[in-house]
Amino acid sequence: MVPDDRKYTQEHEWVLIEDGVATIGVTDFAAGELGDVVFVELPEVGSEFSQGDTVGTIESVKAVADLYLPVSGEIAAINEAVVDSPELVNSDPLEDGWLLKVKMNDVTEADQLMDAAAYGQLLEG
Amino acid sequence: MSDPSSLKTTPLTAWHSAHGAKMVPYAGFEMPVQYEGTLAEHACVREKVGLFDITHMGEIFVGGPGAEAWIDSLVTNRVSGAAIGKITYTAMCRQDGGVLDDMLVYRLDETEWMIVCNAANHEKISSWLQQHLPNGDVDLEDRSDQVALIAVQGPDSRDLLCRLEALAGRTAAVEALNFYTSFTHAGPHGQWIVSRTGYTGEHGYELYLPNADAVAVWEELLARGEDLGAAPIGLAARDTLRFEVCYCLYGHELEEDITPLEAGIGWAVKLKKNEFTGRDALVAQKSEGVPRRIICLEITGRGIARQGGRVLCDGRDVGVVTSGTFSPTLKKPLAMALVDASVSDGEMAVDVRGKPLECRIVSFPFLSARTKGDPRAERTLS
Repeated sequence: MVPDDRKYTQEHEWVLIEDGVATIGVTDFAAGELGDVVFVELPEVGSEFSQGDTVGTIESVKAVADLYLPVSGEIAAINEAVVDSPELVNSDPLEDGWLLKVKMNDVTEADQLMDAAAYGQLLEG
Repeated sequence: MSDPSSLKTTPLTAWHSAHGAKMVPYAGFEMPVQYEGTLAEHACVREKVGLFDITHMGEIFVGGPGAEAWIDSLVTNRVSGAAIGKITYTAMCRQDGGVLDDMLVYRLDETEWMIVCNAANHEKISSWLQQHLPNGDVDLEDRSDQVALIAVQGPDSRDLLCRLEALAGRTAAVEALNFYTSFTHAGPHGQWIVSRTGYTGEHGYELYLPNADAVAVWEELLARGEDLGAAPIGLAARDTLRFEVCYCLYGHELEEDITPLEAGIGWAVKLKKNEFTGRDALVAQKSEGVPRRIICLEITGRGIARQGGRVLCDGRDVGVVTSGTFSPTLKKPLAMALVDASVSDGEMAVDVRGKPLECRIVSFPFLSARTKGDPRAERTLS
């Protein structure tokens, strides 16, 4: 499932941009690869990061994945529901399982991300 | 190793792939790591019954009049004098007391034995046995390629096993089987060994079968166990299941530079029996005091400690995490660690990617096993 309302990264994250705020989560594919997610660590709201920074971790029973920030900016919100119920990343990665929102410093950074068609091709390898 | 064509398969490999298992290379085999999800599979074994393909384990048959004394000279536990059908858990050590592997030794008959070793150590143990083979009265035959191994584990495992067509007429024998005992049975394509053993901490069985019987038995168990909720279980859940009851896993709590006394399986070391490889070193270690021991940790900070994480006590490096994950049953991150034996108190932490993660020492094991007695007994949590 690769909805075309958002952008994607090589690290299998999705980015939905509305009014200069990017909502970020992991894709269906990433959630499936990780397996049952049991722990999510997210950055503090208000902290500033650059594109590509590691801002958190997602851990399943067997694996640890870093969460990379696909766009620069200030952390505007984190999904507390996911911190309390990490299984949301598996059950609904694209909606209720979103991870964080970033107030973007530079909206043109979005142009570097993949669209749904390109991400779909990446998945097909 | 990453080339799938170089990996060994089991009679069930094609079945796993066809039924949605995620397959991974494991000890030279292509094995199912999970089916529907590790947490669900873990719960299935704790609450109902699950099936595992563990055909990758090595089965080495030892026969002859000298077999009993010879095996006893190589392993830490006492196998001599075992009743027919009895199974002994033991370590096999180097001269310096380091563990080559942990294993099960079955007495199948007066002069017939089976050693079941870990897949990852199979070649090493095979050649160790060959090197130490006396002239004459011991025969060695590695039948790993001919033997399939299916584990049936969980509180409903006895009920399910008794439904197998091939065991009709043997249900009394299945019901009478005590923990760590076995019986042999003439199956459709040859000898079966029905064993009341497992690696989950639940009531369970392991079935050693000729390869030709494996798929039919697997499918029959799933079909006849449908109302019980029987499901196939991958290696990831096998690991979390053994971890909660603190069973040692080679490559984690056991290694060639760890002795069985340090790993906490001293109960499987009989220093008073006759000479065995590693005995002198273990006697010396016991009298001098064991330098390291395995402890159980509950992570109280936010995060998960994993194998290799350094353990800190009051900021001082005292050892290493041997196994660590999120416990599906206790619903919190836990870890086992090999630390200086002197550590008993203090501010404990595990270094996780450069950050200290707070933890505390808890009692062993995290979860009590239900391998004996009532399969649905109330559990004790640490």
